Amino acid sequence: MKVALFIPCYIDQFYPQVGIATLQLLEKLGCEVAFPLQQTCCGQPMANSGFASLSKGCDINFVENFSGFDYIVAPSGSCVLHVKEHLKDESHPEEAKKIRNSIYELTEFLTDVLKVETINTRFPHKVGLHNSCHGQRGLALSSMTERMLPEFSKPEQLLSMVKGIQLSKPKRNDECCGFGGTFCVFEEAVSVKMGKDRIKEHDANEIEYITGGDTSCLMHLEGILKRQGSKVKTIHIAEILNSSL
Amino acid sequence: MKTTHAALAEKFIADEPRTDWHDETLWFVREKRDKAAHGLPEWEQLREWGSQIKNHTLSNLYNYLKEFEEKAVANGIKVHWAADGDEHNKIIHEIIRKHNIQKIVKSKSMLTEECHLNEYLQEHGIEVVDTDLGERIVQFRKEPPSHIVLPAIHLKKEDVSATFHEHLGTEKGNNDPQYLTEAARQHLRDKFVQSQLAITGVNFAVAETGGFVVCTNEGNADMGAHTAPVHIACMGFEKIIPKAEHLSVFLRLLARSATGQPITTYSSHFHKPRPNQEMHIVLVDNGRSRQLGREDFRNSLKCIRCAACFNTCPVYRRSGGHSYHTAVAGPIGSILNPNLDMKANADLPFASTLCGSCTNVCPVKINIHEQLWKWRQVIAAEGYVATSKKIGMKGMDFLLSKPKVYRFAGKMGRWMIRIVPFVVNNKLNVWYKQREMPEPPKESFRDWYLKNGKTNKK
Repeated sequence: MKVALFIPCYIDQFYPQVGIATLQLLEKLGCEVAFPLQQTCCGQPMANSGFASLSKGCDINFVENFSGFDYIVAPSGSCVLHVKEHLKDESHPEEAKKIRNSIYELTEFLTDVLKVETINTRFPHKVGLHNSCHGQRGLALSSMTERMLPEFSKPEQLLSMVKGIQLSKPKRNDECCGFGGTFCVFEEAVSVKMGKDRIKEHDANEIEYITGGDTSCLMHLEGILKRQGSKVKTIHIAEILNSSL
Repeated sequence: MKTTHAALAEKFIADEPRTDWHDETLWFVREKRDKAAHGLPEWEQLREWGSQIKNHTLSNLYNYLKEFEEKAVANGIKVHWAADGDEHNKIIHEIIRKHNIQKIVKSKSMLTEECHLNEYLQEHGIEVVDTDLGERIVQFRKEPPSHIVLPAIHLKKEDVSATFHEHLGTEKGNNDPQYLTEAARQHLRDKFVQSQLAITGVNFAVAETGGFVVCTNEGNADMGAHTAPVHIACMGFEKIIPKAEHLSVFLRLLARSATGQPITTYSSHFHKPRPNQEMHIVLVDNGRSRQLGREDFRNSLKCIRCAACFNTCPVYRRSGGHSYHTAVAGPIGSILNPNLDMKANADLPFASTLCGSCTNVCPVKINIHEQLWKWRQVIAAEGYVATSKKIGMKGMDFLLSKPKVYRFAGKMGRWMIRIVPFVVNNKLNVWYKQREMPEPPKESFRDWYLKNGKTNKK
């Protein structure tokens, strides 16, 4: 199975270990992974700020890099959602459409396409799961407390395969962390308050790690945790699923 | 410069314990809503029906409004049409003048807040007494409501006690809710008995009957309408529904979504004036036609004003209704208000993380968070964002759309943060104010991949 790996810009620059874990995990699960070398950003920062008109360059570059693959996988629900909903290329509309329909967030790719049922991995720690809104509500990676539908969770399904892990959920299981892209600086006070409140609920479960499928949420929470001098660490779900494989 | 949501929210959050209390109070209401919705196996089906009935109605507004007017007039109700808030206020003023009315009671109507009726009448020397308990409290304090269903939700019982001590002469420091409510009850009872005119809102107007339904928990709309010789009901024209049987969908959705009650305590049906009573209905456009013409935003007019999107919104709960500086706050307000005044409300669609919870709770399935995103595009295209932001975005586009520039800038940026961290760890960096920056690695993922990626393959 030929899979193209999309590593969002901020992961590429600040969290290479998340990209490495994703790549290794996919390869160990039998995928032939390509990493298109001229990839940059999906364009979401501009589009969510009201300047979708300025994300054309990113769109064109994205289509150039990711055309012709069966699947595109990224360790970020938010960037995947943006590509799914907004990727456009007037000169290559068919390619853009194909990309929109074949891009997957990592955990849904593992559960829905690879249909992973066992993972030989151990992570003997107390871990709190943070559901990113774009992954959960946008991509329907798990059921949502607002909707009256059967319960499920793709990330939890995968984490339950990890040996030794003690998984806990915060009291408000699907409340936003407050990152919100440029919201985190333009609405700094609310953003930080939302993050602090998430951390408080995870702290109540006495966890060692907060994990999730979106490094952007984790980066925001990590920034607050470090400022608080907390011992709690953030870790991307790919790193847990790839540990001691 | 006009005060923005971000600035007002920062002020609100400065009192952190109070912010926590506000957040928890509204979360409690959200959880009550969840429980009530869980009690109905057909909940998601009801939402779908609610949504489809409203879609159908918006597509046939002209016919239903005409039908409603004909039936209402035949029932003996006087029907008025107002193009905007000012005309709405003038119509009501005219009725007041004609009858030489002095004493007016008003039950909760967000439309009259939107049209600033109280201020208008006050300027003409006419006083209106708001009879909803929460509204009376904020009226005493000369504040606007901070929530469309729970107007005084930003206040604690201690605040109410102080306000009632000042205005109703209650015992200083007596915070007993029962005592305070009783004081308001006695005070309002007098106003009801003396009133010559009752103004109410409208929750649903039924085209096939020409009647309308007003929902309250306090019975104050009924008290007013049943005692005063003149009753004026004010409604935005999107309140119309085709048939009485559709109430079986909306009345079940409304209270469960709003407060988690199975139904509002009073759901009063008005059809015609009683003998010697005069009944008026004012149908208001005030920008609604314009919104109807905006394809991306028209379905915001499906709103039944339950405020479920307020209660679930993590931003609203932590910034308070007044930070939205408009009559209708919260997520729904942020997609309605740019239509009323795009420049003044340009900040509101940005007061959201686009988490999508609002869309999920909406009983009539308005895609609120998608409309917030779309309003951002419209507002940027119309030039209502700060020039500095626009320049920043252009710079970002330059950086992120060109692979070589991106890689060079990334490398330089990481190198700078490592070598001279004070370049970013300073007061000018808003992120750094309450958060540490991520630690920059020596190499990017791509750097690593070029060195190790291939050898890692099986």
